Amino acid sequence: MKPADKKRVLREMLFARRFEERCYEAYVERKIGGFLHLYPGQEACAQGVMEAARPGHDYVITGYRDHIHAIKCGADPKAVMAELYGKETGSSKGRGGSMHIFDVAHHMMGGYALVGGPFPLAAGIAKGLKMKGSDAISICFLGDAANNQGTFHETMNMAKLWNLPVLFVCENNLYGIGTRIDRSTAVIEQYKRVSGYGIPATQVDGQDVEIVYDAAKIAVDHVRSGKGPYFLELMTYRYRGHSMSDSNAYRAKDEERMWSKRDPIIILRDRLIEAGILSLEVYKSMDTEILDQIENQIIKFAEESPEPVVTELEKYVLAENDPYVRADMTPNLNRGAR
Amino acid sequence: MAIIMYWEALQRAHDEELARDPLVIVMGEDVGVAGGTYKATKGLYDKYGPERIMDTPISENGFTGLGIGASFIGVRPIIELMSVNFAWLAMDQIFNSAAKVRYMSGGQLTAPVVIRSPGGTAHQLGAQHSARMEKVFMGVVGLRVVTPSNARQAYGLLKSAVRCDDPVFIYEHELMYNMKGEVPDGEYFHPLEGSEVARAGRDITLFGYNISVHWCLQAAEFLATHHGIDCEVIDLFSLSPLDRAGIKASVSKTHRALIAEEAEAAVGVGSEVMAIINEECFFELDAAPVRVSAKNVPIPYNHTLEKAAVPSSKDVVHAVLKMFGKS
Ligand SMILES: Cc1ncc(C[n+]2csc(CCOP(=O)(O)OP(=O)(O)O)c2C)c(N)n1
Ligand SMILES: [Mg+2]
Repeated sequence: MKPADKKRVLREMLFARRFEERCYEAYVERKIGGFLHLYPGQEACAQGVMEAARPGHDYVITGYRDHIHAIKCGADPKAVMAELYGKETGSSKGRGGSMHIFDVAHHMMGGYALVGGPFPLAAGIAKGLKMKGSDAISICFLGDAANNQGTFHETMNMAKLWNLPVLFVCENNLYGIGTRIDRSTAVIEQYKRVSGYGIPATQVDGQDVEIVYDAAKIAVDHVRSGKGPYFLELMTYRYRGHSMSDSNAYRAKDEERMWSKRDPIIILRDRLIEAGILSLEVYKSMDTEILDQIENQIIKFAEESPEPVVTELEKYVLAENDPYVRADMTPNLNRGAR
Repeated sequence: MAIIMYWEALQRAHDEELARDPLVIVMGEDVGVAGGTYKATKGLYDKYGPERIMDTPISENGFTGLGIGASFIGVRPIIELMSVNFAWLAMDQIFNSAAKVRYMSGGQLTAPVVIRSPGGTAHQLGAQHSARMEKVFMGVVGLRVVTPSNARQAYGLLKSAVRCDDPVFIYEHELMYNMKGEVPDGEYFHPLEGSEVARAGRDITLFGYNISVHWCLQAAEFLATHHGIDCEVIDLFSLSPLDRAGIKASVSKTHRALIAEEAEAAVGVGSEVMAIINEECFFELDAAPVRVSAKNVPIPYNHTLEKAAVPSSKDVVHAVLKMFGKS
C-alpha cells in the first residue's frame, strides 16, 4: 500500500468505528430497533480484504454484522443509516433492517440472519460468475461459529468440486454469541477445517490491516486467476457485545484488555505517525471531520427521511405483473412471449 | 397434439428451456449421467454437458442454496429434489433465502429458481418416502407453489416457472410420471395462477389438485352414470396463491363443495379452500363443505394399511353420496 492509501484506509476504518458507535447511541435513543450487531474491533477484516479486492465489481455476501461490508462495497452510508432507522430511503427501503443490508448496484448481495446461510449463496454467485465468464469473484464474510453449520461443509465440498471463484473470509472473533470457540468447536484453528476439502487456506492476524491486505491479495489473486476457492481466516475480536442485548459477561476481563491493546485503528495510526506519514493533529482533525459528517449528513438524512407508507406493505413479495403468471393458455397466442 | 408421458413432457420443457437460454441450468442428485430418477432430465447431460446439467452431492440445503445464489445474478436453475421427503433438509434455503430475499432487499434482489420434487404415496415406500408436503410449501409467503395433474400442465407449468422472476416450487407425484396425456406440439406456457375446470357440472364442485384431480374425475363419471349427480371438477394447479375467484365462481354455481386431498386434513389445502369458501361465498352454500383427506398417520409399509391411510375415488363417491343423503 502506498502512504496515501494507508492514510485513506485509516480514515475509512475510523469512519467505520464512529459509524457503528453512533448506531449504538441511536439504538439507545430507540431510533434503531431490532437486533443490532456492531463491528468495532474487526474493522481491519472487511477493510483489508476489500482493499485487495475490487469493491463494487466483486460480489460480497455476509451475515448480520453487515453495515461496514456494505459501505466497503460502495453503499452510501446515508442509505445504510436510513435503513437502520427503517426509512423508505434506506438501502432496503426499510424492509430489511440492520441484518439485511443490500446494495445490489454495488454488488453487495446482502446480509443474512441465519448463521451459515450465505455459504451456499456465495458459491452460487460464483457459479453464475463462472458461467458468464466474468472476472469478478464472490466473497463470503462469516464468523467462526458459522463453520459449525452443515452449509459450511456442504459448500466447501461443492466449491472445490466445481472449482468456483469464491473467497471465504472467516472473521474469527473467538465467540459465537456467548460461547467461546473452544467450547463449541473441536478444531479451533478454522483454516485447518477446509483441508479435508482440498481448499488452500491461511490464518493471519486480523487486527493489522496491512497483514490482512497482504494475505487477502494472495487469496483474491488465487480465486480470480481461476484456481478455485480459497479460505482466509482472520484472527480478530469484537469490542462490544454480540448484539445490543448482550451484556458480554462471559468474557474474561484480561482477555478483553489484551485485545483492546490490539485495536486495528490504533495499530495503523501509530505506525503512520512513527513513519512520519501522519501527525496526531491530522488524525484528530480527521476524527472531527468524520464525526461531523456522521452527525450533520448521515444522521440528519436518516432523521429527516420519510417512513415507508403502509399502503405499500405488500409490495416486494412477488414480482409485479410477471407475464408468466397469467400466461395465455392458447398455444398460438402465447408463443414467443418474452 | 402428441400423447406423451408426464416425464416426457417434463423432459421436453427442460430441453427447450436449456436450448433457448444458456443461463438455464439443471441441478440435482442423479439428474446428469443417470438421466434423472424419474427420467425428467434424460439425455440432457449428453446434450448440454456437466456445467449445465449438474449432478450434485447429497447436500440438499447446500445445492439448493447454491442454485438460489446463482439465480441472484441471472442464472435460471431448475433444481430437482429427488423426493419431497428430502426437501425438509433444504427448507432453510428455500424459505429463509429464496422466499424472503425480494422483500428484505426492498425489491433489489429476486431468486428466480424452480424447485421440482415428487411427493405422495407410491408403492409401499414407508413413512420416510411417502410425505405429502404441499401444505408446508403453500404456507410460505414469497414462494409460488404449482402442481401439475397431467402431462400438459407438467410441460407448461415448468416452462412458465423457468421464465417467471419468482421462486416456484413444482410439486409432482411419484405415481404420475408414466401417466399419458396430450401436450400441444407448439410451445406454450401454462399460467402459474388460477385453476382449471377439468369437468363442468351443475350439482357439486369437487376440488382436486395433482393426483386427487383424477380421483375426482373418476368419481364424477361414476356419480353421473349411477346416481345422476352432475359434478364439476376444479383442478387447483396453483396451490399458492389459491384461485379465490375460481373457487367462488364454481361454488356459486353448484352450491356444494368437496375437497379431495392426499395429505392429512390439518392445516391443508382442504382447510384453506373451505376458509376461502367461507370468506367468499358462504351464503351460496346448500350444504356444509366436506373434506376427503388422508388419515392422521405416518404412511405404513403394509399394502392394505397404506391404502387405508390415503383416500381414493371411492372415498370421494361415498362422501358425495352422503352429502346428497343417498348413503
Ligand atoms: C441458524 C441460526 N442459529 C442460531 C442463530 C442465533 N445466532 C445469531 S449469531 C450467532 C453466533 C454466530 O457467531 P459467529 O458465526 O462466530 O459470528 P459473530 O457473531 O461472532 O460475528 C448465533 C448463535 C441464528 N441467527 N441462526
Ligand atoms: Mg464469532
